[in-house]
Amino acid sequence: MRLERRSQASAAALVLAPLGAVAFTLLVSSLLVLWAGAPVGQTYGLLLQGAFGSLFAWSETLTRAIPLILTGLAATVAFRARLFNIGAEGQLYAGALAAVAVGGLHGGEGLALPLWLLFPLMMLAAALAGALLLLGPALMKQRLGVDEVVTTLLLNFIVLLLVSALLDGAMKDPMAMGWPQSVSLVPELELSRLVEGTRVHSGLIGAVLLALLVWALFKYTVLGFDIRAVGANPRAAAFAGVPVTRTVVLVALLSGALAGMAGAIEVAGRASYVTLDMSPGYGYSGIVIAMLAGLNPLGVIAAGVFVAGVLVGADSMSRAIGVPTYLADVIVAVALLSVLVATLLAQYRLRWR
Amino acid sequence: MNPAPPAPGERPTVLRLDGITKRFGALVANDGISLTLREGEVLALLGENGAGKSTLVSILFGHYVADEGQIEVFGQPLPPGNPRAALAAGIGMVHQHFTLADNLSVLDNVLMGTEPLWRWRSRRAEARARLLAVAGRFGLPVVPDALVGSLSVGERQRVEILKALYRGARILILDEPTAVLTPQESEGLFDTLSQMVAQGLSIIFISHKLAEVLRVSHRVVVLRQGRLVAEAPAAGTTPAQLAQWMVGHAVAAPERHPSQRVGEVVCELAGVSTPAGVRDRLDNVSLRLHAGEIVAVAGVSGNGQVALAELLCGVRSASEGDVRLGDQGLPASPAWLVAHGVARIPEDRHAVGVVGDLPVWENAVSERLRTPAFSRGPWVRRDAARGHAQRVIEAFDVRGGGPLAAARSLSGGNMQKLILGRALMAPEAGETMNEEPVAQPGSTGEPVTWVDARLRGNGGVGVSAPNAAVACAPSAPSGGSEPCQQRNRGAPFLIVAHQPTWGLDIGAVAYVQQQLIAARDAGAAVLVISDDLEEVMTLGDRIAVMHHGHLTQALPAEAWTRESMGLAMAGHASGHAA
Repeated sequence: MRLERRSQASAAALVLAPLGAVAFTLLVSSLLVLWAGAPVGQTYGLLLQGAFGSLFAWSETLTRAIPLILTGLAATVAFRARLFNIGAEGQLYAGALAAVAVGGLHGGEGLALPLWLLFPLMMLAAALAGALLLLGPALMKQRLGVDEVVTTLLLNFIVLLLVSALLDGAMKDPMAMGWPQSVSLVPELELSRLVEGTRVHSGLIGAVLLALLVWALFKYTVLGFDIRAVGANPRAAAFAGVPVTRTVVLVALLSGALAGMAGAIEVAGRASYVTLDMSPGYGYSGIVIAMLAGLNPLGVIAAGVFVAGVLVGADSMSRAIGVPTYLADVIVAVALLSVLVATLLAQYRLRWR
Repeated sequence: MNPAPPAPGERPTVLRLDGITKRFGALVANDGISLTLREGEVLALLGENGAGKSTLVSILFGHYVADEGQIEVFGQPLPPGNPRAALAAGIGMVHQHFTLADNLSVLDNVLMGTEPLWRWRSRRAEARARLLAVAGRFGLPVVPDALVGSLSVGERQRVEILKALYRGARILILDEPTAVLTPQESEGLFDTLSQMVAQGLSIIFISHKLAEVLRVSHRVVVLRQGRLVAEAPAAGTTPAQLAQWMVGHAVAAPERHPSQRVGEVVCELAGVSTPAGVRDRLDNVSLRLHAGEIVAVAGVSGNGQVALAELLCGVRSASEGDVRLGDQGLPASPAWLVAHGVARIPEDRHAVGVVGDLPVWENAVSERLRTPAFSRGPWVRRDAARGHAQRVIEAFDVRGGGPLAAARSLSGGNMQKLILGRALMAPEAGETMNEEPVAQPGSTGEPVTWVDARLRGNGGVGVSAPNAAVACAPSAPSGGSEPCQQRNRGAPFLIVAHQPTWGLDIGAVAYVQQQLIAARDAGAAVLVISDDLEEVMTLGDRIAVMHHGHLTQALPAEAWTRESMGLAMAGHASGHAA
C-alpha cells in the first residue's frame, strides 16, 4: 500500500474531503450512541439544539469558544513555524496567575492605578508570562536541539503544580472558606457582558480581533513570510536570508502571549479568580482546533465555535437523554482524524500495489 | 576498450519487454515500450530526466507494476511487482546511490540478505571463496575483510556490482554508474563491463552522457516523454544525433568562448579552512575571482564543494583564513551578500533554492524581501513584489502556473530559471528608489549601469537608474582591456553557482550556461562548482580541481586535459599540466 501524490488535486475532491470527514465522524459517533442504547436522531438533535438551538445555547457556545479560539491561535502561530508548542495549557495558567497578580485584590485592595492603565497592564503581564514560559523551550530547541514537544508538554505539569502551590499559599483568597482559589480581580477589571442575562463576554471581540490580526500578520508582513518560510523549509529560508532563530523566538513569544492572554481573558470574563480546574484542557484543545482549521487563523474562529458547540451541546444532550458527555470528546477526536485523513486523500491517492 | 560488436541477431535474447505502459494519474510515464536485450550486449538507455528511464527500470525490477505489457526473462514470463522474482530470474541492479552498510566488511555486505535468517551459523568460508572466485572471473579485485567505509567511491561501486554478480545476476542494470567517478575510474568501469559481456552477461546502462553512451554500448535506445523514440547501433551514431532524439529538435550547445576582458579581483580566499569534524570541508584553500571571468571548480562530489559554496553563499563561516569581497571581510550572512551584489545559485534547488510550499512570487523576492524595494517597515509591498516576480517570470521565461502557483509545482528547469532570475535580476529603478546606498566593493568609480540586452528589452535593469553615468556594455568602445569594474547598483558582480545545471534537460542546461556567460561578459565574476566535467570545460576560463578539501591552483582552461583533471580529482596534485 503506497501513497501517490495526485498530479492535480481536483476541486471536487477538495470540497468533498471535509464533507466526507463530517459524514464519517457522524457514522462512528452514531455507533457509540447506539451502543449507549439511545436513539441516534434524537441524540444528535438534542446536541445541536443544546449548542445552537436558542439564544442561551449560542451564548454558552460562544463563551466556551473564547478561550478555545485563543489557544487555537497560539497553536496556529507556533505550528506554522514548526514550533510544536504543546504547552498552551501551562501558558494559559501562567497568564491567568499573572493577571491576578497585577489586577487582583491583594489584602482587599487592588493596585492604586487608574483603570485605563491597569487593564492593559494586566493583559500585558499575562501575555508576558505565557511568552516567557515558551521562550526557554524555543531557545533550547534552536541552540541545543532539545525537542520542544517534550519540554513544553512537561512544563504544563510544572506550571499546574506551581498554581496548586500558589492557590494554597501566596495567592490564596483568605475569604474563600479554605477552598484553593486565588484572590479575585478588582471588580472594574472584569469584562462586560455582551448580552444581558448570559455569560458571553467582550473577550469574544478580543478573540476575533486577535484572529484577524494573526491573519493579517501571516498575509501582509515580513514576519509572516518569515514564519511561513521557516515552517515550510528552514534550510531554504536561511539561504534566502531569513533570520531563522530570531523568527522562531518571535513565534514562541507570540504563541505564548496568545495562550497567556487566553488565561487572563478567561479569568476576567468568567470567575474573576483562578482555580485549579479553570481550564478543562483548553490548551490541548487549541491544538485540535488549529489542526481542524488547517492552521488558518480565520478558520480557527469557525473551528473554535464548532468544538465549543459540540462540548456545550453534549452537556445539554447528556442531561436530557443520559448518553455520557464523553461522546463530545469522541466526536472532536474523530473529526480531527478524519479531517486530517481527508485532506491527505484529497492530495494523494492510495494505491494497493 | 572498444566493445567487440556481437554478431547482431545471432545471440539469444535474454530479456524482452513488450508494450510496457505505466501511468501515474494523467501522466504516462511509459507508453508502450518494447525492447529486447541480447546475451553479451550492452544496451544504453538514454533520455532526459522525466523521460521514463527510472520508471521502466523500476518496473523491470519489480518496484512498480506495469498497467499494460509483459516482461520475459530467458524466455520465462516475469511475475510483476516482485523484486525477489526479478533477483531469482537473474536481474541485478546497481543503484546510483549505493546501498551498502559502511560499518560492515565487504564480505558482510555481499552476504547480506542472501542467507536464511534462522540458519545456525553463517557459512562464511564458502561464501568468501565464492566471492573471490566471482571477483577473479570478472576482474573486480576486492579485499573481503575491508570495511566498506574505508573504500573509495570506485571501490564501493565494485562491491555493489559484486553483490549483484554473487547472487547470480545475468542481466545487470547500471543506473548512472559514472556520475560519481573520476574519468580514470570510469575507464576502469568500462573495462570491467567489457569483461562481463565477453563472458555472456548482458548489461543495461542508464546515462544521459552522450559521449560515454557511445563509448560503452553496442546499441542505444532513446526515451522521450515516456515513448521509445529511437533505437540505433552505437557504431555510426553521433552525439548530436542522440541529443536531437532526446530533445526532439536540434540543440545548439553553448559555444565556449573565452573571456574578453578580465578585471580586477572581486573576491579573494586566502588560506581558508572550515571547521574540522564536518565531513565536507575546506583545507587551506586560496582562490582569486576576477571580474569578467568564469572560474570553474571540478571534482568528485563530497570533496569540499559544499563547504566552498556554502562559505561564499553566506551560510557557513571559515575557521581559519580570510575571505574578502572587494575590500571587506565576508560575513556569514546571506542578506549582507545579496545586498552587496553576490548572486547565489545553490546546489539543491528543491531543498535550499526555493520554499516549495510558498508561491512563486514570494520565492522570487525572498532574498530581497527585507530591502525597501519590497517592504516598508514590517509590511510587505505586495504590489511591488508581485510586479517584480512577474518581470522575473517574463525575463527568464519561467513557465508553469504563474506567480500564484506553489514553487514546488515548477519543473526543475523552470525552478532553476526562477532562482537565476531572483539572483540576477535587480529590482526596478522605481522599486529601489528608497534603497540606501550600498557599498561597492572593488569599485573605484561611481555606480554605473550594467547593461544586459535581454534585461533592457524587458525594462528590467534600470538603464535610467539614478546616478547611472557610464555604460559598460561588452561592446562599449571604452572596453578594450579596461576592467569592467563599474556596475549598476543591484546587479550582481559575483555569481556563485553550485551545480547550476544538475538534473536539467538539455535545453535548460544551455539556457542556464548562456545566462552565466552573459553575466560574465557584462562584467561579473563567476564561480561555477560542478561535478560535470563537460560543464567545467564549457564554462571555465580558469579551472581548479578539488580533492579532500584542497583546491589546486586555478589554471587557464587550455592548461588542462581530461587526463590531468582526472588525476587531480583523484588527488595527484602534481598531475596538472602546468
